Amino acid sequence: MISAPDVVAFTKEDEYEEEPYNEPALPEEYSVPLFPFASQGANPWSKLSGAKFSRDFILISEFSEQVGPQPLLTIPNDTKVFGTFDLNYFSLRIMSVDYQASFVGHPPGSAYPKLNFVEDSKVVLGDSKEGAFAYVHHLTLYDLEARGFVRPFCMAYISADQHKIMQQFQELSAEFSKASECLKTGNRKAFAGELEKKLRDLDYTRTVLHTETEIQKKANDKGFYSSQAIEKANELASVEKSIIEHQDLLKQIRSYPYRKLKGSDLSAGEAEGSSKDQAGQASTTSDPDESVDTEVYASRPDYTPKLIKAKSTKCFDKKLKTLEELCDTEYFTQTLAQLSHIEHMFRGDLCYLLTSQIDRVLLQQQHITNFLFEDFVEVADRVVEKEGSGVPLEPSQDRPPSRSLEECLIPKVLISVGSYKSSVESVPIKMEQELGNEYKEVEVAEASSFDPQENLDYLDMDMKGSISSGESIEVLGTEKSTSVLPKSDSQASLTAPLSPQVVRSKAVSHRTISEDSIEVLSTCPSEALIPEDFKASYPSAINEEESCADDSEGAIHFEASTSPPGLGEAEEGSLENTPHADSSCCIGKETDSLLVPLPTSALKLSDDDSVVSIPPQRYRQKDPGFHVDFTVENVNPASRDNSSESFPPYELDPSCPLASRDASKTSLDNYSDSTSYVSSVASTSSHRTPSSAHPTGFSSERHKKRAGQNALKFIRQYPFAHPAIYSLLSGRTLVVLGEDETIVRKLVTALSIFVPNYGRYAKPVKHWVSSPLHITDFQKWKLIGLQRVASPASAGTLQALSRYSRYTSILDLDNKTLRCPLYRGTLVPRLADHRTQIKRGSTYYMHVQSMLTQLCSKAFLYTFCHHLHLPAQDRETQELVASRQMSFLKLNLGLVNEDVKVVQYLAELLKLQYIQESPGSGHPMLRFDYVPSFLYKI
Amino acid sequence: MLRWLIGGGREPQGLAEKSPLQTIGEEQSQNPYTELIVLKAHHDIVRFLVQLDDYRFASAGDDGMVVVWNAQTGEKLLELSGHTQKITAIIPFPSLESCEEKNRLILTASADKTVIVWDCDTGRQVQRISSFQSTVKCLTVLQRLDVWLSGGNDLCVWNRELDLLCKTSHLSDTGISALIEIPKNCVVAAIGKELIIFRLIAPTEESLEWDILEVKRLLDHQDNILSLVNVNDLSFVTGSHVGELIVWDILDWTMQAYERTYWDPSLQLDTQQEIKLCQKSNDISIQHFTCDEENVFAAVGRGLYVYNLQLKRVIACQKMAHDSRVLHTAKLPSRQLISCSEDGSVRIWELREKQQLAAEPVPTGFFNMWGFGRVNKQAHQPAKKQQENAALCSLEPVGDLIGHSSAVEMFLYFEDHGLVTCSADHLIILWKNGEQESGLRSLKLFQKLEEHGDLYLTG
Repeated sequence: MISAPDVVAFTKEDEYEEEPYNEPALPEEYSVPLFPFASQGANPWSKLSGAKFSRDFILISEFSEQVGPQPLLTIPNDTKVFGTFDLNYFSLRIMSVDYQASFVGHPPGSAYPKLNFVEDSKVVLGDSKEGAFAYVHHLTLYDLEARGFVRPFCMAYISADQHKIMQQFQELSAEFSKASECLKTGNRKAFAGELEKKLRDLDYTRTVLHTETEIQKKANDKGFYSSQAIEKANELASVEKSIIEHQDLLKQIRSYPYRKLKGSDLSAGEAEGSSKDQAGQASTTSDPDESVDTEVYASRPDYTPKLIKAKSTKCFDKKLKTLEELCDTEYFTQTLAQLSHIEHMFRGDLCYLLTSQIDRVLLQQQHITNFLFEDFVEVADRVVEKEGSGVPLEPSQDRPPSRSLEECLIPKVLISVGSYKSSVESVPIKMEQELGNEYKEVEVAEASSFDPQENLDYLDMDMKGSISSGESIEVLGTEKSTSVLPKSDSQASLTAPLSPQVVRSKAVSHRTISEDSIEVLSTCPSEALIPEDFKASYPSAINEEESCADDSEGAIHFEASTSPPGLGEAEEGSLENTPHADSSCCIGKETDSLLVPLPTSALKLSDDDSVVSIPPQRYRQKDPGFHVDFTVENVNPASRDNSSESFPPYELDPSCPLASRDASKTSLDNYSDSTSYVSSVASTSSHRTPSSAHPTGFSSERHKKRAGQNALKFIRQYPFAHPAIYSLLSGRTLVVLGEDETIVRKLVTALSIFVPNYGRYAKPVKHWVSSPLHITDFQKWKLIGLQRVASPASAGTLQALSRYSRYTSILDLDNKTLRCPLYRGTLVPRLADHRTQIKRGSTYYMHVQSMLTQLCSKAFLYTFCHHLHLPAQDRETQELVASRQMSFLKLNLGLVNEDVKVVQYLAELLKLQYIQESPGSGHPMLRFDYVPSFLYKI
Repeated sequence: MLRWLIGGGREPQGLAEKSPLQTIGEEQSQNPYTELIVLKAHHDIVRFLVQLDDYRFASAGDDGMVVVWNAQTGEKLLELSGHTQKITAIIPFPSLESCEEKNRLILTASADKTVIVWDCDTGRQVQRISSFQSTVKCLTVLQRLDVWLSGGNDLCVWNRELDLLCKTSHLSDTGISALIEIPKNCVVAAIGKELIIFRLIAPTEESLEWDILEVKRLLDHQDNILSLVNVNDLSFVTGSHVGELIVWDILDWTMQAYERTYWDPSLQLDTQQEIKLCQKSNDISIQHFTCDEENVFAAVGRGLYVYNLQLKRVIACQKMAHDSRVLHTAKLPSRQLISCSEDGSVRIWELREKQQLAAEPVPTGFFNMWGFGRVNKQAHQPAKKQQENAALCSLEPVGDLIGHSSAVEMFLYFEDHGLVTCSADHLIILWKNGEQESGLRSLKLFQKLEEHGDLYLTG
């Protein structure tokens, strides 16, 4: 099958890709004229080409009381990024949509100025003229010298891709809330400090005035007050009043956290909590309230109070504090770090973002097997921990807590409600939850009213509309409008990522198309992002088949069978074939997704699958539907055709700010490197794809790509690639023998993608050795690059090699021979087809990963099937158990010949990993078989 | 020693010397050992392995260190260091047969002329005896009397409290090379060519003193006695450097049987070739014995011979069992024999009775030189043919274990945990039955699942 991932928008050839084939140049008459923007390095599919900036960036603006809206800074702080984009203009726009600009000052009926602890508001707006769409996060900071004590700011994530903003709203909101919280915390601290100072000043002033008054009184005992004295007394009185006012302010600012926490809205508390979680994000943020309190109360002794001249406050010609001054410097830098983290997190195409989010979710779910072929799984683990600890920014009052692990990160896009709420009917459906009891009742709406085809049309319309609209601001919805909807529990896991867009498109489609508009697509209340009705209306497990049944194009067919994911027909087969399969076959582990009791599995299965199988985009649905079915003939790279602006797959893991900072060091020139990555991710969307959460960020992507490329080369070049790869997969050490170090290293790197890990540490690969090998080497390494030296000294090396030949397969690069056991399975030919149409290294890497993931799931199944390993009765012999294992492997898992050994080996690794008390301890054992080897030649 | 280098390799190699060694090949369906764990702790040759209980064993070697291991997991439990020179003997005390003792001890003797008593549960050094004039080369425990004996240039008797009960006079400068217990409170010591039988006199009502008396000297061996083993209640067996195998009556210490000619080519009428091959007398030194009720399995030079005590003749042999001297052998319950050799390999043999011999009884006069000439002529042909007429049974190779890069000094067989080998390459390798281990791991896995409460049975 032509692997569709390769059919991808041609963008910019990256320099690291070594194309194996140089396609002959097309005759002139067939060639297509170059895309006009091609000179800028943009690709013709890029929606960015209309925009004046080259990629997404973050803008911080302020509504200055002196000069009006003004841009303060951008992240990345590089003029190349936003290019000719008019920041001033855009600042004006984004500042003008703050619908709840807070009023602080003397509210009527209040004696003192009142601080308003306003929620941040989150708005999405689009400016089609500029080709810019933005997530705008408004916040107010306190400034004693500012009008009404407040300074409105906003942070905007500006992208040319509207869908990205919409679909990533949740994440953007979460991340920006963290940044905002950081800023505000720092600001509160600074503000309190400022108030302290001011109070001391006032106190001092009062004392001075008081003494002066007393002196005057004494000096002037005529019995009447001079005008001077009266003035002084007035001044004193105003100072007294001012003191009271400021004390009140101080009290208010100190009372902040308690008020916040007591409030029904837990968002800020959670956001703070989550920012606490951020490892390495400086402990100073973590307990902002306490620190503020303590530091503020312990007023700084080194401060010398100044005399305050009357009427010195609120002076308009003086310089306003900078943002950095407003917040503590420490907090400010931290915020900047967070923002650049956000910038990295959302860098790249939406498609890529979505798939990598899916990846992460899936990787977490596979925490038992994912160590085998994934690099750096611990990052994912951290994600798990984090999310287990409390999913931030989720309407949490009555949300079942234990679903959080499974919680899909797939964006739940905000929706502007009004028009279509009526079209959704909520149908409460009782679901028996046998195990988790996480939720009792789920409201599942009938989504049959959403015809995908229709949605497609809407979508098109929507896009047209956006393009044609010009300069007016159109607010499609604000949080006020959404907040009328009941906020309540949502089944996050039921949220199919597909549907939000459907919903949104539909909503958007009612919009009038107007010139000159900034369209505020929607805003939402800071917390309850999605009204329950919409969540419930997302096609869930139950209605998925229904809603998709008539969708001939982008069909996602859920096979809601009564078997756990990954088992499919195999399991059914085992039910028939093996006598005890029914009761003991599926043993779930830890996460509910794996722990599938049969009665509920239909529902839950499709749940999970809905997460799994949703294509990242619905732009063009040309591909035949792809089945989410683990047992289907394997690689089904039914790729989504992605129009993709390809940005490098940067660090995307929100939980890993440090790593992101690392990644941020990789400079701009990297960023047009990978093009096929996105599409290939999409192609494997029903499987696990490699973790994008990679601490070393970009370099490892390049590494993967190169490895994939070289592996492809190897497969094409050597007819005996299959037995070699089989050796690696079955745990037989492959020794790559050669004279030239670079060639050997290259091949070892390439082949290392087939090497299963022992555990959560580095791969058992030794790139280059020149000393004779020992038995311990075979125990430790599964792939070894060995130097062939011409000198007699090397005789020992070769002798050792031949002595230990039963433990190794030997690939002789110089003589182009391979000595290894026979392989007659069907797995490796699919994994490494020398006639594959895949040309790109990264694509091939993805292909391999998806295949291996499938293999892992088989191994998992085999390992954790109770009845396969333990005698059903006491009298049952070992032979019977063994034959049952064999028949399971062969009949149910569909393994042929030597493929059995691969799964058995992986199963052993899984067992070892699982029973290990502490990771890293325990001896890796060397397993081997007494099988004859054969010499392969080209 | 070079022979191992080409192992079972199929690659065309110029190195391959013509050898009658039977190659087993890479396909060994009967070889159960498909898993190994390399244990690394020693810094010099590992010479001794002793079993402590069902799952523990201790290793000792030239680095003077004793290491206690878990045979199941390969985990290093204890490291006992106290000797400054190589260890010459190690024995658990009380010996393995009596399991009533809780705190088990290990006695180690070293070339630094000390014996150290260790507590093998804590690793504590219980006591150190350094009053020896010479290196103690062998240790033995007399369970019945609850004493232990140390043999160097003299023979000392110690009790559990490590008091010296009595000792012999200086016996020889070469010292006692082997020491076994025989009935009637006697021990047999091999000193050079001589076998000396000592009687131990335990304290009685008349005298409270322990004493040890020389009872008899047996001078039948012509060369140094290398091996001395108890066979059963009736006999013990000795083997010498020049290949004399003598079976002795255990009670009256008379010679019951003598065998040398079978493997000594100089005593046979031989073809040129055979003489060439077996020139070195080294080739027929009897390094080690192992016994069961009926047979003595002798490691003679490079070969393995099965000597039947009733028939008083060799019933099966593998003349070229290894490329180099066989250092240790052991009989497994399953009629299997394991041998290890200087060539770094361990081989597993199976003793099979020959089917056709049942129909064609061997004439009693078969056991003559001519017969051997015929056999030896065929030495280069496949082993089956070679032995067709030689014996009642045959030793068929079942598998070999290749892992060590130097001489395998000794091995230890655990019924449940597989085989432990130690070698001059400083390593200890734990060979395991892969299938069995896999099953055990599964068991453990499901146990752990159950512990965590993650085990759900559906349906």
